[in-house]
Amino acid sequence: MVLDTSKDLVPAQPTGIWSWITTVDHKRIGMMYGVTALVAFFIAGLEALFIRLQLATPNGTILSADAYNQLFTMHGLTMLLVVVMPVGAAFMNYFIPLHIGARDVAFPRANAFSYWLFLGATIMLLSSFVLGGAPDGGWFGYAPLSTQLEEFVRMDYYAIGAQLLGIASIMASANFIATVFTMRAPGMTLMRIPVFTWMAVVVSFLLIFSLPIFGVGLFQMYFDRNFGTQFFSGGGDPLLWQHLFWLFGHPEVYVLILPAMGIVSEIIPVFSRKPLFGYPFVVFSGIAIGFMGFGVWAHHMYTAGLGPVAEAGFGIATMLIAVPTGVKIFNWIGTMWGGKVRFELPMLFSIGFVSLFVIGGLSGVTHSVVPSDYQQHDSYYVVAHFHYVLFGGGVFGFVAGAYYWFPKWTGRFLDKRMGLWHFWLMLLGFNLTFAPMHILGLNGMPRRTYRYGEGLGWEFWNQVATVGSFIIGVSFLIFAWNLIKSRKNGVEAGPDPWDGRTLEWSISSPPPVHNFDEIPIVEHVDDFWHRKYATDEEGRAVRMTDVTGGTLVETDTGGDGSHEEEDMHMPSPSYYPLVAATGITTVGYGLIYAPGAGWVVAGIGTLITMWGVFGWSLEPVTRDEHHD
Amino acid sequence: MTSQSAPVEVHDHHDIKPIRKAAMWVFLGSECMFFGSMIATFLLYRNETADGPGAEIFDIPFTSASSFILLMSSLTMVLAHNAFENRDPRATRIWLLATAMLGTTFLAGQVFEFTEFVHKGLTLSTSSFGSAFYMLTGFHGAHVAIGVLMLMTMFYLSFSGRLFDDRGLNVELVGLYWHFVDIVWIVIFTVVYLLQV
Repeated sequence: MVLDTSKDLVPAQPTGIWSWITTVDHKRIGMMYGVTALVAFFIAGLEALFIRLQLATPNGTILSADAYNQLFTMHGLTMLLVVVMPVGAAFMNYFIPLHIGARDVAFPRANAFSYWLFLGATIMLLSSFVLGGAPDGGWFGYAPLSTQLEEFVRMDYYAIGAQLLGIASIMASANFIATVFTMRAPGMTLMRIPVFTWMAVVVSFLLIFSLPIFGVGLFQMYFDRNFGTQFFSGGGDPLLWQHLFWLFGHPEVYVLILPAMGIVSEIIPVFSRKPLFGYPFVVFSGIAIGFMGFGVWAHHMYTAGLGPVAEAGFGIATMLIAVPTGVKIFNWIGTMWGGKVRFELPMLFSIGFVSLFVIGGLSGVTHSVVPSDYQQHDSYYVVAHFHYVLFGGGVFGFVAGAYYWFPKWTGRFLDKRMGLWHFWLMLLGFNLTFAPMHILGLNGMPRRTYRYGEGLGWEFWNQVATVGSFIIGVSFLIFAWNLIKSRKNGVEAGPDPWDGRTLEWSISSPPPVHNFDEIPIVEHVDDFWHRKYATDEEGRAVRMTDVTGGTLVETDTGGDGSHEEEDMHMPSPSYYPLVAATGITTVGYGLIYAPGAGWVVAGIGTLITMWGVFGWSLEPVTRDEHHD
Repeated sequence: MTSQSAPVEVHDHHDIKPIRKAAMWVFLGSECMFFGSMIATFLLYRNETADGPGAEIFDIPFTSASSFILLMSSLTMVLAHNAFENRDPRATRIWLLATAMLGTTFLAGQVFEFTEFVHKGLTLSTSSFGSAFYMLTGFHGAHVAIGVLMLMTMFYLSFSGRLFDDRGLNVELVGLYWHFVDIVWIVIFTVVYLLQV
């Protein structure tokens, strides 16, 4: 048996805190992304609860205008850049190599660097609360509000923090693209890649091309604030910021939602026991969304006065982009249609995703109509819309993914009872919170105001929304408790608990360090399914008799045993990524407090960065640790 | 059952070279958007001089000369890469050094030019034109400087005989980056200097 002879060649799972600090294992890095993002999610959720408490009654007195501005800015910034994007990155890190049959990502150390820089930027953004005040100009940071200097460093934290997150994301995206295009297992053609990984590729391209635009805007904002340039003030035009921001900001919307769509596209076929209906359609509509996502940015700026031609053009483009999105809805419904649907927790959350995303998508189409948008702009209607797509869509999708893949991460199921409580409370709380905001918005309640007067007819629905938000809070406390408890005490799941279709289910749970004992040879979409099931004359799936559960890696395809002896070189652990990331974060802190002592800090940071980068690029990729 | 006709080779770790090249191309795509945004900003503000100095202070013959020097460095880079492919450490070393020196000469020209412009009254904060000009050309200069640093790293490696080892950085990748920085300069020189006069 292959496993026995190669046992001593298989790298062992290292333990201890130092092994986590120096890890280059994509699975561990994915875990760290996930845990960091989850912590940030609770912080940002707490900020949201304060906002809802303040707005529960007219003339709320819990928060000052200043505190409110910081909280709503940080809520948005944290949720988008520090929660939803990294959760996507967590899933991508963990599952891209498993989905394509690879041992790791293309650049394991760059991958670790991306994580550490993300962590540094996260700590930086959160530390702003105690180091001079958090950003308070909205997550969109419109000039000239963002370039006013009365508040010393607040929007500098925004400019530098977001810049660092951007650098981390660009590196991670280049890594994922290189991984998928060059490291697929034999036979894993592009049109056999699982949909989640396809969506990850589209997301990576979106980030690669949109983040640098944001980066330029952030530099300009930073220079305006600190070096007296005139990009958005003086002879400059504040509208430039809006263009640069939304040229990033709109693709970013798809960056947030496409991974969730990918996750749902993995889950629904498994729990319907049918292949995904129209796999090529889902893939190509994802790619179409990627392209069209760059052509609709100005629909965020209808009220800026761009003129009728531009507004009509962007309006039509925005309506068109609803088509590839709608296609996917039909694909998911078509997959469930006629399938043997099992209402397990991942499936429940996925159905929640599809339903709520449809509502959010429809209210989005109402924004594309320019005269209608004039009325909705900057009202709570917009808040309702993007929470339906990002929370009802994104977060439901990610939670579905967490329930689906938790057995793969830990070898154990999440508790079903608690999971059901989580689902129903979250669904109820979510709709109680955000459905009333449609009404509030259409009744004229503006966004981003820290209080409202009595007798405007907004009291009742605001109270409902506040009650709903606390129900969401409770549901996530249950989720957190479930995660903590089930990690050690959950029901054992085994390698393939859901009768899965993709390669990650063909290996043990949790997976070994090297992922695959033998690199699989792929012959179908949903290859693992076809290894388990043959098709009889009437087209029904029949379980093959010779394979009865357990590890199915060793199939008869190409297993001539020629590479049994081959030594597995896993990339060596390295602390240089952490050094380099620490250096860049230090430079960031220096720039925030520049000029003056900030330059010294930035100088020290540059030296640390150089140490990290040179150590890293001159260090061999694999040291000969396992050699005889 | 097996439908593949070609024999399938299974490797534990993939040949890293094409992977790194793919990632470098992706990164350069990202850089295109970075410079594109700054060029767009410059085009927006090219007449916003706030009655201060504008494009008339450019010294076209001087900048043409330094542009020529930078473009010649692409030629020496090609020669360095060619020598690298032929596994000739000595020739690689010479052409790497030549490339780095041409790049440094370009940077010196930029420092001189910036000093001149500041004396003539154009600073980062004079006008939106000044802000956009210095940001665009300054970030390009920073890219050239990082390129010189990478070239010198390769130059240093060539002495310890580690030039041909499999490491994170190699001459081919530095070359890709260097040519990209040169091509961007062609666009900047055309848009910023030549279209203005």
